[in-house]
Amino acid sequence: MAEHGVANIWRKQKSMYSIIGSKCTTCGEHYFPPRPVCPTCRRKGQLEEYQFKGLGKIHTFAVVRQAPEDFKRQVPYVVAQVELDEGARLTAQIVNIEPENVEIGMRVRSCFRKITEYGQGGIIVYGYKFEPTMKVTGHD
Amino acid sequence: MVGIIGYGVYIPRYRIKTEEIADVWGDNGPQMARGLGVFEKSVPGPDEDVATISVEAARNAIKYAGIDPRDIGAVYVGSESHPYAVKPTGTIVAEAIGCTPYLTAADYEFACKAGTAAIQTTMGLTQSKMIKIGLAIGSDTAQGRPGDALEYSAAAGGVAVLIGEDNPVATIEETLSFTTDTPDFWRREGEDFPSHGARFTGEPAYFRHVGEAAKAMLKKTDTTIDDYDYFVFHMPNGKFPVNMGKQLKVPKEKLEDSLVVRQIGNTYSGSAMMGMARILDIAKPGEKIFMVSYGSGAGSDAFVLKVEEEILKHRGEVPTVDDFIERKTYVSYAVYAKYRRKIKALG
Repeated sequence: MAEHGVANIWRKQKSMYSIIGSKCTTCGEHYFPPRPVCPTCRRKGQLEEYQFKGLGKIHTFAVVRQAPEDFKRQVPYVVAQVELDEGARLTAQIVNIEPENVEIGMRVRSCFRKITEYGQGGIIVYGYKFEPTMKVTGHD
Repeated sequence: MVGIIGYGVYIPRYRIKTEEIADVWGDNGPQMARGLGVFEKSVPGPDEDVATISVEAARNAIKYAGIDPRDIGAVYVGSESHPYAVKPTGTIVAEAIGCTPYLTAADYEFACKAGTAAIQTTMGLTQSKMIKIGLAIGSDTAQGRPGDALEYSAAAGGVAVLIGEDNPVATIEETLSFTTDTPDFWRREGEDFPSHGARFTGEPAYFRHVGEAAKAMLKKTDTTIDDYDYFVFHMPNGKFPVNMGKQLKVPKEKLEDSLVVRQIGNTYSGSAMMGMARILDIAKPGEKIFMVSYGSGAGSDAFVLKVEEEILKHRGEVPTVDDFIERKTYVSYAVYAKYRRKIKALG
């Protein structure tokens, strides 16, 4: 099953690597993941590709202590809903911080990490996670 | 003139102390740290590898240079720990920094000098006008066999360098290489850990290649040690580059600033380049840098760089090597073993 889901992963690659979603030029709303139709403007909506700046804040989060097999090496880890500055919300892991120090409202920025891998011989999936803004992210 | 138009680094957050490793194997920690000149080393997180480290370093380099990533015509990633045996790391990096699809890319492998070999390739491509800007990366998540001397130094980190001809922050005035077939260190296909020739890695390998490349460079450029402000030698540990400096009669203060190995260990393909990046963080316009990398197997690439006024316009854009060195969290040997997949039962 090493080839499991390769096409699906490849299709989402661009938005997973660089947080590319869509923006409706009619109402100005941002969407992630990208949408084919603006749910507000429907037929009048004009969607264009939009690369999010990758900055936002933690809307809410959970500390995972009972993880699926593939994630046991990372326990305990944080999964959060991040509200991007442009307005869209997405779910992502929070890294480079101890779980006990994560707080709602904390400023975060996207970073590039390994998300999962399909066994030893399978494909490796990369994408965004988030980390607190700090000196090494270029934010003091 | 061809040169570095931007650079960026990345060092993972985790560190393990030499003493912590020594405790596990019954060695004398403080003595080992002093002897090797490595006091702690960087450890990648469980979700970090050469692709993620390279992307982070490359994104910093692009921000530093202030370029449009679509102007990058070549991406070469040098590493001995590419995540795939077959499938380039370079394509992952190129996609993640937004410079696909009109570019050439390939992965390089030459032990610890694959990154500087990539710099030389991109220099040739830009000087011949085949491409406008080239991205050369040296990045590794090096592993040593548990209990082996290498385990004290094998570390993780990466440096991305953008090579171009327009407004470089440091011009590369000259480069040359010294290469022979010397089996001092190797890893066979399918093996988890490398093997090495122990003491054979010293005189006939590191010291011969770095020394000869340095001497050939001084001869070619008709210069002496006094003509340079900073020296960078590949850092397999803290001891070798210092001894190399002594052999070449380099004043201690001209070498000291590049010795990042003491705090982060040997970042392999990123090792000499990390030393160079630290010097570029602090050097003044007009100052000259003499760098020699080393890769087992074996070869050395020597470079003469001159820092330009342009550098002052770019500083402060991205975190420095020291910012990354200071950002750290210590882990125990057990956590390190878990993160580095030394615990096989976990898959």
